[in-house]
Amino acid sequence: MIDIGVREHGFNPWNELTTFQQQPDFIAGKSGANAVFVGTMRDFNEGDTVHAMTLEHYPAMTGRQLETLVREAAARFGLDHVLLRHRVGDILPGDPIVLVAVWSAHRGASFDACRQMMEMLKHHAPFWKREALSDGSHRWVERNTAG
Amino acid sequence: MSIKVLFFASLREQLGQDHSEVAWQADLTAAQVWCLATGQARLPEQVLMACNQEYCQGDSLIADGAEVAFFPPVTGG
Repeated sequence: MIDIGVREHGFNPWNELTTFQQQPDFIAGKSGANAVFVGTMRDFNEGDTVHAMTLEHYPAMTGRQLETLVREAAARFGLDHVLLRHRVGDILPGDPIVLVAVWSAHRGASFDACRQMMEMLKHHAPFWKREALSDGSHRWVERNTAG
Repeated sequence: MSIKVLFFASLREQLGQDHSEVAWQADLTAAQVWCLATGQARLPEQVLMACNQEYCQGDSLIADGAEVAFFPPVTGG
């Protein structure tokens, strides 16, 4: 089962996981390994304090890119379930930005698939971050951190 | 006989517009769409682009009626 969503308002990753696993077509016991990655907003970047952030995206392309990267990972690693959430709009430090959760038969596939999907997302999914700094100025984030 | 052009993030702010439209012509490339839409002589190196929501290159041929988007390196996640 694959479940992908872009959220315009705040989401709770742990509630999302619970809801996902309560769906009728989630087959408990089929998978032996579940890896979860949650990315939240930091209050610092490039040596500056960041007060808030706006996440912009290209809606028509975002859905296609996320689906492509999830399906590639599911096929490559033999995943049983994938849950992906990504936030857009105005956020504050500590707010969740991204959730990737995968279920597979064994731990290796889950860890590796989680990492691959995050790297593909960060390099290909059309999202952009605009930071609000303490002096009232704004700037676009120009590059990803090394990870 | 036209191409819908979209700009995102810092490019949108720099250009002062989020969309444009250019007339289609035979053998039109994505780089030419950029030049026609912005009035600039060449496509900047850092700019990424997509045709009909799929990544493409500056020399990719653009079909009539396509949606072409230009944007800076992505920074999600």
